[in-house]
Amino acid sequence: MGVEGIGARVLRKEDQRFITGKGRYTDDFNRPGQLFAVFVRSPHAHALIKSVDISEAKDCEGVHAIYTGEDVAADGLGGMPCGFAPGGGPQNAPPRPALLKDKVRFVGDMVAVVIAESVALARDAAGKVNVEYEALPSNTDTAKAMDADTPQLHEEAPNNVVMHWEIGEADPVEAAFAKADHVTSLDIINNRKVPNAMEPRAANAEYDPAADSFTLYTTSQNPHITRLLLAAYVLGISEGKLRVISPDVGGGFGSKIPFYPEEAVVTWACRKVSRPVKWTSDRTEAFLSDTHGRDHVTKAELAMDKDGKFLALRVDTKASLGAYLSTFGMLSSTYLYGTVLSGPYDIPAIHCKVSGVFTNTCPIDAERGAGRPEATYLVERLVETAARETGIGVVEIRKRNFIREFPYQTAVVLQYDTGDYETALEMALDKADYAGFEARKKESAANGKLRGVGFSTYIEACGLAPSNIAGAIGAGIGLYESAEIRFNPTGSVSVMTGTQTQGQGHETAFAQVVASKLGIEVGNVDIIHGDTGSVQWGHGTYGSRSLAVGGSAISAACDKVIEKAKKVAAHMMEADAADITFENGEFSVSGTDKTKTIGEVILTAMVPHDYPLTDMEPGLDQRSFYDPANFTYPAGTHICEVEVDPDTGVTEVVKFTAVDDFGNVVNPMIVEGQVHGGVTHGVGQALFEKALYDEEGQMVNASYMDYIIPHADNVPSFAVGYTNTPCTHNPLGVKGCGEAGAIAAPPAVINAITDAIGVRDLDMPATPQKVWDIIQSNGSAKAAE
Amino acid sequence: MTTVSMTVNGKEVSADVEDRTLLVDYIRENLKLTGTHVGCDTSQCGACVVHVDGKAVKACTMLAAQAAGSEVVTIEGLANGGDLHPVQAAFHEHHGLQCGFCTPGMIMTAVDMIERAKASGQKLDEATIRSELEGNICRCTGYHNIVRAIEAAAG
Amino acid sequence: MYETKYHRASSADEAVKLAGSADDGQFIAGGQTLIPTMKQRLASPSDLVDIRNIDAMKGVNVDGNKVTIGAATTHAEVADAPQLRAVCQGISDLAGHIGDPAVRHMGTIGGSVANNDPAADYPAALLALGAEIITNNRTISADDFFTGMFETALEDGELITSISFTVPDKSAYSKFPNPASRYAMAGVFVAKGGDGVRVAVTGAGSDGVFRHAGMEEALGSNWSADAVADADVDEAMMLSDIHGNAAYRANLVRVMAKRAVAAAG
Repeated sequence: MGVEGIGARVLRKEDQRFITGKGRYTDDFNRPGQLFAVFVRSPHAHALIKSVDISEAKDCEGVHAIYTGEDVAADGLGGMPCGFAPGGGPQNAPPRPALLKDKVRFVGDMVAVVIAESVALARDAAGKVNVEYEALPSNTDTAKAMDADTPQLHEEAPNNVVMHWEIGEADPVEAAFAKADHVTSLDIINNRKVPNAMEPRAANAEYDPAADSFTLYTTSQNPHITRLLLAAYVLGISEGKLRVISPDVGGGFGSKIPFYPEEAVVTWACRKVSRPVKWTSDRTEAFLSDTHGRDHVTKAELAMDKDGKFLALRVDTKASLGAYLSTFGMLSSTYLYGTVLSGPYDIPAIHCKVSGVFTNTCPIDAERGAGRPEATYLVERLVETAARETGIGVVEIRKRNFIREFPYQTAVVLQYDTGDYETALEMALDKADYAGFEARKKESAANGKLRGVGFSTYIEACGLAPSNIAGAIGAGIGLYESAEIRFNPTGSVSVMTGTQTQGQGHETAFAQVVASKLGIEVGNVDIIHGDTGSVQWGHGTYGSRSLAVGGSAISAACDKVIEKAKKVAAHMMEADAADITFENGEFSVSGTDKTKTIGEVILTAMVPHDYPLTDMEPGLDQRSFYDPANFTYPAGTHICEVEVDPDTGVTEVVKFTAVDDFGNVVNPMIVEGQVHGGVTHGVGQALFEKALYDEEGQMVNASYMDYIIPHADNVPSFAVGYTNTPCTHNPLGVKGCGEAGAIAAPPAVINAITDAIGVRDLDMPATPQKVWDIIQSNGSAKAAE
Repeated sequence: MTTVSMTVNGKEVSADVEDRTLLVDYIRENLKLTGTHVGCDTSQCGACVVHVDGKAVKACTMLAAQAAGSEVVTIEGLANGGDLHPVQAAFHEHHGLQCGFCTPGMIMTAVDMIERAKASGQKLDEATIRSELEGNICRCTGYHNIVRAIEAAAG
Repeated sequence: MYETKYHRASSADEAVKLAGSADDGQFIAGGQTLIPTMKQRLASPSDLVDIRNIDAMKGVNVDGNKVTIGAATTHAEVADAPQLRAVCQGISDLAGHIGDPAVRHMGTIGGSVANNDPAADYPAALLALGAEIITNNRTISADDFFTGMFETALEDGELITSISFTVPDKSAYSKFPNPASRYAMAGVFVAKGGDGVRVAVTGAGSDGVFRHAGMEEALGSNWSADAVADADVDEAMMLSDIHGNAAYRANLVRVMAKRAVAAAG
């Protein structure tokens, strides 16, 4: 029969509601009698709270309640928990109350909440909460955080150090550098980036006194983890007394992974005011308080022999974690970073040291790629720079160092199961018409433009994660995924997944997996997610894990269904279960022409009038938990061509080619969309984006008036291609595609600009001013070529 | 409070609101049409674009009172019964959306763009489309498929 | 936004009267700057007088070599007026690149000129075209009108009703947009007409829009992009911010001037 399943370009089931304005995001939900919360935030980067005077504000029109840090403390509300500490033990992890009462540590830190009849009235009153601060010196500079004269944020963290972490062995690295013929060294800043999901965060909490339970609607990538942290660590209630619903979520990019103090406060407060309480962030609040990503300062060195063979890599990084530890803040700058420093290359010795530090800035957590972009950026900048310094050539140096034997044990813990890096590179060279580059460069020059080309051959570790590894390295949770398949008598199915979509198309792609496995039309498969009230425990969506781990759980649950269904079919066809085969939605008895469709089997199992009830339970529902045996390792080659206008310093990405190996592809349309979006994040980081704090610790570009986010005219159409070495350890052979573009693109763009303007060092973002300054200082030699 | 009346998606509507009420809040809070979104505070993201008297405007940068007496069309009013507007259909066919949050504003902008281009006999090439999308931000798609969808719908 | 009182005027006289009788009345046309400012609580007028529906203040009229644009004419209407494009492409192009399409459907020339944002486009055009700003009680030359950043010669309660200028022989505008806000970081309008050459610069100057005498002189004797390529732009007069320092902006002024002259032909 054949249904459209894995590999087909199936149009998205979820589109219908989004294109007609019927999507339901958190702010679209209104509960009867709801009140509105507005937070009073610190205007200081670092200050003591001397007093909070609410006397004027509490008498304002429409105000129901105002709560301060004192109220939170008096109620014994737990602090914001940290869900990951590298090495297992707590590092210098100071407490973070949901509302501060003694001291604030970044602009945007929360001091009080005003709860009123409308947002406007709450805002009117919030303006009348008088907080007296004693400003303290502050520091937003990651490089200076550990200096002796730098202001200290937390007593618990001397010298602002959260942790010193390292991976790899130092001695072999030192020995390799000692005998190296060539060393390439770069000082690299990986710019602090603001995720900027288009849907601002929101939370709407309601308390049911009859059941003594809470319901929280919130913008989360992982509602079960929010439930765990909020119930068990903050409110001190049974998880069963809290239902967390993440309805449609308008983008996340990591910023909706953490559990936030706003979620804690509205949930706590809704019981105190006996009314639902809703909060919706505005964009400036989002810039100030959505967790940021990156913010590394690194010295990176690559040692080579005379043939350009890599001998060793040495990395020393200072990583800002912001003013507090966000839920998974320390993960991005440790295990998601140091473990992928080998890239796609055979590097015998690697040693990486990371110092995690506090600065008076918004807390850091995952941002699309999370650690892997930082690692890939430094490796690919080093490789390209080394190729230019040695004259080996940017393509040749990669070919000389690619890993070719799998499995491959890196010097930084991970073992790559499979890959084929050269095929992707060759395909990208062809697709990008690399051979024609010189001609295009001449043409650009004739138009007064400087053209350059840059490469990035990346690898990432995705499909988070084997739970035993997660536990060993310090995660407070497992990282398996769950699936439950529930049947309806007429043959349609509901599939509960513990992952959560923010636009990745799970409702379609997961349905395709079920369609292929069970032979049920995509239209008859409903994917249910994002509600702890109806979905079994799961870990949410991040780290390009949803298909590789969540999809594998669905696949495993389908296998269980098939196993049982074969017994039902055997009964129906009076055969032995061992003789039943299942293909394309049809059960057959080997060696006969007897067949039963999956629909017939479902009906028989659900309406068991003629069924071996003494041997088997009725029904076909099954549940599966899938814990991956290893990470997955997507890889590929991205090639960027830019034109720089020497008069203005403006860089235009004129051509971008991405060839990726994501293993098997379930829906090529969705995968391409993920590549386009990921690359655009990467172009944004390379050319435009950086959270800028001034001397006083104010974020000076906390709106779209000043923070540059890629617009349609900032990026080209992309050329996308695939190679495929299926993942060896999950049942679908898939690797994950959501982060690849954000990981691969930044070094490709910067390598292209440095090629175009003939410079070695260039930090992101490559703003017009910065590029123009370089062109001015290195003369017009290049322009005259 | 002032009574503000207008026609929204072909229906006469009326509500008592403060004069400071923005058109987008009137649409979302008073009319409960939540397809029109708010993604920024500075009139730049375009998630709130609706049509007022046949022209695309940012509903976050217009008072409801300014629109009194006007004909307003929101994303909910674009489809003709069960039939999608060709631009809606093109966004679906070309995968021009992911999380869907910017999508209503994108579609309303695209409809306006295509109608203006048709009226003036202008050809909507890729560069023009990208330039015309200056007031709409998407963080998911990288714009590639939005451009494809608009090209297809423009014909 | 703080609460305010909204009024809709049907004539300029009524608008002036309504604004005059309020505690702190303010005219609102498209509101594309005023409403965001009020949303940020940086402006809190007690009363708003909406002038967008005053028919007498709308439209583009070209009569011989005289152009008159009603103050409540939107950027889109200015950009799309074929009779204007035929005689002064520079201002048509300028209007067609203000903000984005939705902003252009609401924002008006009068509102933009009255606000005199240092990064707005229209002030450069009016200054370079030697335009006149006509209010409810007088006519002010552009040279006298723009008095500094967000400052104009308008009195309290005075309402711009139209803008007029003489058709130039040649004109063009070239803008380097701020990569985030898309306002001008440097915008140069060049015009050549009966009164000679006028060059006005917006976005870059620390005191708002200004004319550049050196470029005017150079172009007066040699109308070519090369004539302004090495013009002396005083960095001390330039804005400096996170998007570009004074030296960079001075360079942009030269580059935009070159491109404007080239575009004007």
